[in-house]
Amino acid sequence: MVLTVFLIIRLHNLFAVVMLSGIYSLLAATFFVVVDGVDVAFTEAAVGAGISTVLMLGALSLTTQHEKVAARSTWVPLAVVAVTGAALVYGTLDMPNYGDPDAPIHNHVAPRYIEDSLKETSVPNMVTAVLASYRGYDTLGEVTVIFTAGVGVLLLLVRVTGRRREEDEDAA
Amino acid sequence: MSHHLVVRVIAKLLIPFILLFGLYVQFHGDFGPGGGFQAGVIFAAAFVLYALVYGLENARRIIPDKYIRMGTALGVLIFAGTGVAAMLLGANYLDYSVLAHDPPHGQHLGIFVVEFGVGLTVASVMVAIFFAFAGRGHKIDEMED
Repeated sequence: MVLTVFLIIRLHNLFAVVMLSGIYSLLAATFFVVVDGVDVAFTEAAVGAGISTVLMLGALSLTTQHEKVAARSTWVPLAVVAVTGAALVYGTLDMPNYGDPDAPIHNHVAPRYIEDSLKETSVPNMVTAVLASYRGYDTLGEVTVIFTAGVGVLLLLVRVTGRRREEDEDAA
Repeated sequence: MSHHLVVRVIAKLLIPFILLFGLYVQFHGDFGPGGGFQAGVIFAAAFVLYALVYGLENARRIIPDKYIRMGTALGVLIFAGTGVAAMLLGANYLDYSVLAHDPPHGQHLGIFVVEFGVGLTVASVMVAIFFAFAGRGHKIDEMED
């Protein structure tokens, strides 16, 4: 995974970068399988490695295959990224260790889900029960976000083609 | 890509299985990993593959843009409508317990319907975005040659 990230940074051929980001997503998916997050791995493999790679290729076909050389100095963005990254890493220092049974997340609502979700929802997959029932509002919000994203892309891209097709028909 | 015989035959073989797997993930999400989001993406992937191999116009003929746009909104409506249905039956918004004769069955039914709404929206949006990208400029199948 680290190797693919460095290659993505170094390469200037955007086609190769898109392919590498797909590989990165696939590796991330295997990582999620290793830590037993099968549902997340599934999503990462389908969305990250599958659809988004195709969409990136679609975007590439509209633009160009080669990265433009940056005209300005890259030191200021590098400094911003480094400081943000350092702050995030500093933030994780306070987090409990991975798999720590005393971590707050395991003592809040998780026991209730584990003990009662089958009885209350009769759905064996706890992830589905939490997503669709206990956290129904959040999932509704997510679906609305996807809907809004789709509407946004359609507004930006489709009108132009529609007009162009009408012009083509007029010409023909 | 339309004259690559091997790709065409393999795609034709694969697409029904991808669609079937999408349906399996959609409706088996209660028992195994998966659910509406993943199923929607897998379902959309089948259409994207079809469009890549057989050309955008043929794919557009199977599902016209009008129905895709309806699908994006209909999925959200199904989700929100399930919540309203629960409200009309006297429970809180998105509390599925009242949808059937006893709470666990109601929850099961509610999750089933809601996941269907999620899957419909995700699949429609993904196909719509892909069509929007591929429909601009030169066609994808011409670019790949």
